[in-house]
Amino acid sequence: MDNRYCIYICGVGGQGIIKTSTIIGEAAMNQGLDVVMSEIHGMSQRGGSVSTELKIGGYNSSIIPKQGADMLLSFEPIETIRGLDKVNSETKIVYNTHPIIPSSSNKAYPNVDSITKTLKENFKHVLPIDGTELAMDAGSVLALNMVLLGAVTADEKFPLTKESVIDAMKNNLKPKFHEMNLKAIESGYKSIKG
Amino acid sequence: MNLKELVTGVPGEKQFLLGNEAAVRGVIEAGVSIAATYPGTPSSEIGNVLSVLAKDANIYFEFSTNEKVAMEVAACAAASGLRSFTFMKHVGMNVASDSFMTTAYTGVNGGMVILSADDPSLFSSQNEQDTRNFAKLANVPILEPSNCQEVKDMVKYAFDLSEQFNIPVIVRTTTRVSHMRGVVEFGEVKDNSSNGDNHWKRGHFNKDPSKYVPVPAFAGSMHVRLWDKIHKIEEITNKSELNTEIKLTENKKYGVIASSSAYNYAHDVIKFNELDVNILKLGFSYPFPQNKVAEFLSDIDEVFIVEEVDPIIERDTLACIGANGLNVQVHGKLDGTFPLYHEFNSDVVGDGLNKILNFKEETGIDYSSNLEKLSEDIPSRAPVLCAGCPHRAMYYGINIAIEELGMKASDVIFASDIGCYTLGINPPYNAADYLLSMGSSVGDGCGFSVSTDQKVASFIGDSTFFHSGISPLINAVHNKHNFVLTVLDNRITAMTGGQPNPGIPVDGMGDEAPEVSIRKLALACGCDYVRVINPFNLDQVVKTYKEAFERNDTAVIISKAPCTLIKGLTKKPPVNFIEGNCNKCDKCVSELACPAISKIDGKITIDKSQCDGCNVCIQVCKYGALEAGR
Ligand code: SF4
Ligand code: SF4
Ligand code: SF4
Repeated sequence: MDNRYCIYICGVGGQGIIKTSTIIGEAAMNQGLDVVMSEIHGMSQRGGSVSTELKIGGYNSSIIPKQGADMLLSFEPIETIRGLDKVNSETKIVYNTHPIIPSSSNKAYPNVDSITKTLKENFKHVLPIDGTELAMDAGSVLALNMVLLGAVTADEKFPLTKESVIDAMKNNLKPKFHEMNLKAIESGYKSIKG
Repeated sequence: MNLKELVTGVPGEKQFLLGNEAAVRGVIEAGVSIAATYPGTPSSEIGNVLSVLAKDANIYFEFSTNEKVAMEVAACAAASGLRSFTFMKHVGMNVASDSFMTTAYTGVNGGMVILSADDPSLFSSQNEQDTRNFAKLANVPILEPSNCQEVKDMVKYAFDLSEQFNIPVIVRTTTRVSHMRGVVEFGEVKDNSSNGDNHWKRGHFNKDPSKYVPVPAFAGSMHVRLWDKIHKIEEITNKSELNTEIKLTENKKYGVIASSSAYNYAHDVIKFNELDVNILKLGFSYPFPQNKVAEFLSDIDEVFIVEEVDPIIERDTLACIGANGLNVQVHGKLDGTFPLYHEFNSDVVGDGLNKILNFKEETGIDYSSNLEKLSEDIPSRAPVLCAGCPHRAMYYGINIAIEELGMKASDVIFASDIGCYTLGINPPYNAADYLLSMGSSVGDGCGFSVSTDQKVASFIGDSTFFHSGISPLINAVHNKHNFVLTVLDNRITAMTGGQPNPGIPVDGMGDEAPEVSIRKLALACGCDYVRVINPFNLDQVVKTYKEAFERNDTAVIISKAPCTLIKGLTKKPPVNFIEGNCNKCDKCVSELACPAISKIDGKITIDKSQCDGCNVCIQVCKYGALEAGR
């Protein structure tokens, strides 16, 4: 029971969310843990909101109950807000601060700093990172998912080792990009561990 | 994971698979020779994976023109002694049902399995129907896996069962099973290697009209045989390990009967709240395991039936209670304990159980008013047509044509169909007023044309046209119906992830294939006005629609340009914005609404990472503020 850990991962279609989640799941499997994951396919990927739910340790159902997440990992600021019903007061809220503005919406995009401020007022563990910039430093915007993956492994309650996550990454992504992705994972890890 | 491992994987090996990938491994382990589908979410990935692996796995695989054809391909393979597999989404069963119903009568020789993926909560569907009704309607067995391991194992078992009783077997998944990922342990692979000139095995059809030709003289006894099989299979469901009691407590007052993903939610709620409730998990739910259920109920006072979509197990349980004279109270959908619609989750199941068991306390969290306000104010992010999507250009153009003809878009009925273009329902295009099913837009054109004096514009995709757009087009021509049909030929089945269709020169296994011309088909149907246009050329779009709307017959416009997501297309450079020329007319944002263009702090901004270089916005901007990139 001690290894139970639920991660809700959310963002926008096309950000590599399913790949990131699969890597965590495979790492869990390789460490001999029970793991189930739920993903969204289909229409929701045409630039819509996308989420996956990953549950490690003895769960049958792949959906995280309300307030049941140990970590909310968000690829985009306002998607963080949309994911809050999975969050409780102990949940780590890690999110990329780089916005993706939805087209043809009737509402204005809120200011990212005020999102952070409001989240901090309400939750204990709010960890904004400029993942997009860290990804570019590592070599490409496309490494954003690996930056955020690195950030997950930095949580002290996270039941998987950084090494097994890196192994699973190598098994899933082209060797040509391993070096950049390793750099991205490290920078994500450091941005949380400090 | 490398997909090839689904073929090469050895028994005992474990992989972290999607439910749909697990289904493919089940098919490979079962030694299937023939597989056919029409793509539909949530079942699509089965076809995507099979299309890559078919040859390595000695399987003939095709994307059929529709589910009925896929059903027929599989049925004939099974009649010829081969193991065959067809799969679809729940609504695909409606299309396939005509042939499916009779396949239950004729029976099969080799094993035949139909996987149908239900979509509770309609993530990407037009309704929530429950495939289990088809099992009852046709009188065929149904299996309901709840996780990825079970998907693989049940698909494999379904073939054995099918051969044991010479009857097709349905495997029903739901979105959360098809799109669940979990650890799957591989089993033995049954040899299906080629015995002829193809990579797949050939069978032989032994003629026997009394078995295979349901003319009234023969069909009567077929129905008798079918019932006979079902009664025998019921003995199996009563003993099957797929229907099993999960003992979580010694207490006998309460029980749960559950299936599929609903079982998972019930299990987790009971286990993690340490409730005194045992579960009877039904993995093989039709024919209904009367005796097993009666035995489970004989020990308890109250039972919760936890199942998604229709109250099918619940009604069977009520009948079982009546037939056996039991005294058990039933809580389910019918008494309002659980909702009658939408998918379940642990919260829904927990709330239902809590109505009787009172184990949960309310744990509200107080958020600051700032957070509440923020949550209310965040912009929505609905799926939209991609940047550079040819459908957007066409919708933009048709609206101009309507305006230039002095009509109002609100006076034209837009009959839509199933595909990405249904997203045209969103503002600013508002281009979907009526939608029933695959191919319906053409029949709807016929219907509105005779029942109103309004102009009608029907839209259908290329794949959907082949699926079921042709016969209503013949109807339209012959009955002199008056509407404009647009075939949005984006050279792929886009919405389900880019599968081929008969309009492109590649088949389901990646081999070269004859391309079937939509234009020639429309001409052969007898349409006098058939035009192929490039939707990215706005002038041409407007001119053609003006012509078409002024006719009084069935006019066909084929809007032909590839979906931007097709791999290997050469991308054009993104457009440039010349700020000095922009007069802030807002047309590009509010009328074209390409997601690559937004207005940030009052200024037009092009997201160059999204822009596809389709150059439609350049034609929209009258002030020269947008120019082609270099
Ligand atoms: S997937 Fe293709 S057809 Fe569908 S919206 Fe995107 S570009 Fe258009
Ligand atoms: S259409 Fe042209 S002028 Fe009008 S807002 Fe867009 S860029 Fe500016
Ligand atoms: S060229 Fe214009 S309309 Fe086309 S994708 Fe780019 S921004 Fe959108």
